[in-house]
Amino acid sequence: MKQSKSSFEWKKVTESRLFFPLVAFALIMLFDLIFIPGFFHLEIKQGHLYGNLIDVLRNSAPTIVLAMGMTLVIATGGVDLSVGAVMAIAASTACIMLNPNLVGYKLADVTRESDPTYSFTPLFFVFLVPLIISAICGLWNGLLVAYGKIQPMVATLILMIAGRGIAQLVTNAIKIIIYNGTFLQLGNGWLFLLPAALYVAAIVFAIAWFITRKSSLGMFIESVGINSRSSFFSGIDEKKIKLFAYVFCGICAGIAGMVAVSSIRTSDANQVGLYFELDAILAVIIGGTLLGTGGRFSLLASAIGALVIQATTTSSLAIGVPASALIAVKAVVVIVVILLYSQQVRDFIQKITSRTSQKEAKS
Amino acid sequence: MAESGNEIVTMKGIYKSFPGVHALEDVDFTLGKGEIHALVGENGAGKSTLIKVLTGVERPDKGTITLDGKEVSIRSPQHAQEMGISTVYQEVNLCPNLTIAENILIGREPMKWGSIDWKTMNSNARQILHGLDIDIDVTQTLGSCSVAIQQMAAIARAFEISSARILILDEPTSSLTTHETEQLFGVMRKLKSEGMAIIFITHFLDQVYEVTDRITVLRNGKLVGTYATATLPRLELITKMIGRTLFEFDDMTKLKLESRQHIKGDALLQAKGLGRSGSIQPFDLELHAGEVVGLAGLLGSGRTEIAQLLFGIDKPDSGSITMDGKALKNFSPFSSIERGVALCPEDRKVAGIVADLTVRENIILAMQASLGWFKHLSLQKQYEIADKYIKLLNISTPSADQPVKNLSGGNQQKVILARWLATNPRLLILDEPTRGIDVGTKAEIQKLVLSLAEEGKSCMFISSELEEVLRTSHRIVVLRDQEKIAEYTGEVGERKIMQSIAGSD
Repeated sequence: MKQSKSSFEWKKVTESRLFFPLVAFALIMLFDLIFIPGFFHLEIKQGHLYGNLIDVLRNSAPTIVLAMGMTLVIATGGVDLSVGAVMAIAASTACIMLNPNLVGYKLADVTRESDPTYSFTPLFFVFLVPLIISAICGLWNGLLVAYGKIQPMVATLILMIAGRGIAQLVTNAIKIIIYNGTFLQLGNGWLFLLPAALYVAAIVFAIAWFITRKSSLGMFIESVGINSRSSFFSGIDEKKIKLFAYVFCGICAGIAGMVAVSSIRTSDANQVGLYFELDAILAVIIGGTLLGTGGRFSLLASAIGALVIQATTTSSLAIGVPASALIAVKAVVVIVVILLYSQQVRDFIQKITSRTSQKEAKS
Repeated sequence: MAESGNEIVTMKGIYKSFPGVHALEDVDFTLGKGEIHALVGENGAGKSTLIKVLTGVERPDKGTITLDGKEVSIRSPQHAQEMGISTVYQEVNLCPNLTIAENILIGREPMKWGSIDWKTMNSNARQILHGLDIDIDVTQTLGSCSVAIQQMAAIARAFEISSARILILDEPTSSLTTHETEQLFGVMRKLKSEGMAIIFITHFLDQVYEVTDRITVLRNGKLVGTYATATLPRLELITKMIGRTLFEFDDMTKLKLESRQHIKGDALLQAKGLGRSGSIQPFDLELHAGEVVGLAGLLGSGRTEIAQLLFGIDKPDSGSITMDGKALKNFSPFSSIERGVALCPEDRKVAGIVADLTVRENIILAMQASLGWFKHLSLQKQYEIADKYIKLLNISTPSADQPVKNLSGGNQQKVILARWLATNPRLLILDEPTRGIDVGTKAEIQKLVLSLAEEGKSCMFISSELEEVLRTSHRIVVLRDQEKIAEYTGEVGERKIMQSIAGSD
């Protein structure tokens, strides 16, 4: 009797959406524990926590933020390939607003290049305008997908390609170095022992969770993803739902872009957010939301998915994998996780576990 | 009875359980060569599970399957096919973007010089369909054909598998017209005379009596018995299927007579010259509170089109709708729900259920949609509503948190009904609410419609089964070729309506 009860609970655990992402994360941590001495070493320097683990958390912040928006888009049955490019647009916009003189616009009389207190535009707008622009980018994607009925992959590919060009135009194709201290805090600052970027990710996660799970939006998004015709018959405006998802995804990309550019201190339209769309999509897939068909989603699982990707990167670098070969290592992790999600493999695992439990029951 | 020794399949003592349900308990089944064998029972009786066991989709927990006297274990649908068991499923399972010929011959394309010989393939396909008395361009894509043609293509595909000795037809006729059904029966009889063993699953009892030799009845996963069709009276069959007698049907007639008094004089909804080119000719229609209006007509006669116009799925291009004396301007499902109109759509799978959402979420979906994004129903309230309708409609589900895809067809239909009842509509349009569900649940739904009318709701009842329309409706509108032909009030004979549908006097 006791036996059956415990196996029932075990089943509940394995069926949880968080199970596979957590297992993947735990496996990477286990690997680090064995092969990388001092990986879990944490120390406090000048009121900041330092260590590999903290690096993983800090560096995963932009991907977590992106993954929140991407989760909603994928849940509606779509995908947004343009987030990396939108990150670059947002980053370039923020930088040009901080100091347009660097690009030769000569808008101010004095060039105060390396003054950490200087900002050409009030800081509030430096943060706000890129968000508005990235929301417009999302709106563009959403209009093409929801109202233009263009396949999401094609529709967002347009901005993925055009976006980097736009970002170049904004900064006259010049790399802008950021000196403003407050803006730099976003990617490099610390707050209560932890990196500031992590708080940004946490806030975006909380907002995304709140607007999807504390309103009916989450259910509508899932419903549209699973069966858009049934949803339409039930009075749900599937176009508006999709539009919302893309706009939200655009805003997330804008935030991620500012965090990313702040941490690398230079706006480079060709580098900011490069390949981030792939990381974000992978994070969502690892989190168990189905690409292509959409439907049920879990923001927490996507966030853990983002951690898995960053942990892979950090661990690979720590054991000496050259940066150029990183993508190959990521591919391996992705293959393993995706295999775990495949129904075939799951049935196989279930067969094995049910056999062993039968043996146990017999003995 | 098939003589012993003639059996091609013998299933003995089959058990199969799913989490929380015993789908099959100690079921025996035999199928003889050259026999058409009906498998009947209510929803959840275990018909589909039995078929899945036979076709290798599910493995039985216990029991043996003997094929040609040898005990076999069927590992997969493909394995079943290799052994000569071929199946046509309830829902068409083909590729809509391929041509008819490709669909029929996929995997068995005739080859020439290492590539597909299209000419031979098309002419083969044409020939196969010709055997079914269907003359159609086989190079058009399947998706552009009617559901009936798609269904025929699926059947053609199933028995085209040359080694097929056993053909399983799971509700093949639910979307066919009378003529097409006749064609199908002709083909079935021909195959039977060639020695094919056919299992025929259907909810239409007429068809059971028309075409089958034996009947096996299942109820709640248990075997009730196997009978020779000729010796089993229809009433007895129904009694065996639902485990109770049919006095309830007499109750319904009484209920209908009583509820007639409650019909309001003023029209709740009035359509004047309403039409949409290509789908329905302009028509006039009045719907009253407390009244059930039945739409009778063949598939494609404009029944569904009327329902979708009234609910705002499609926009009319002529005429007007007034509700409570006011002309309507906005046409969308959302504004219809706001007005108190509900549509339980024809195709449960495509436009009804949201498969991966739970029973609870499916039930509150339309209600929540009308409230909007931010007037979020609390979880407690959601459970309250879901539990209320699970009880009211007698939905059999382990819990309100079960994904709706795990429920049987009839119960899914009830969930969709619950979704619309939860919006508290004044006008409820039911498009084929009883398609593909069992006799018992059918009667339940018909009764429900009448009692809703008695409560003062206006109902529109659409069904391919004329008998059902007659039994539930106070007034019947007859459609033919996308046109409203006639309207009958009071008791009318089935014959008169049929003549009106057929267009002869």
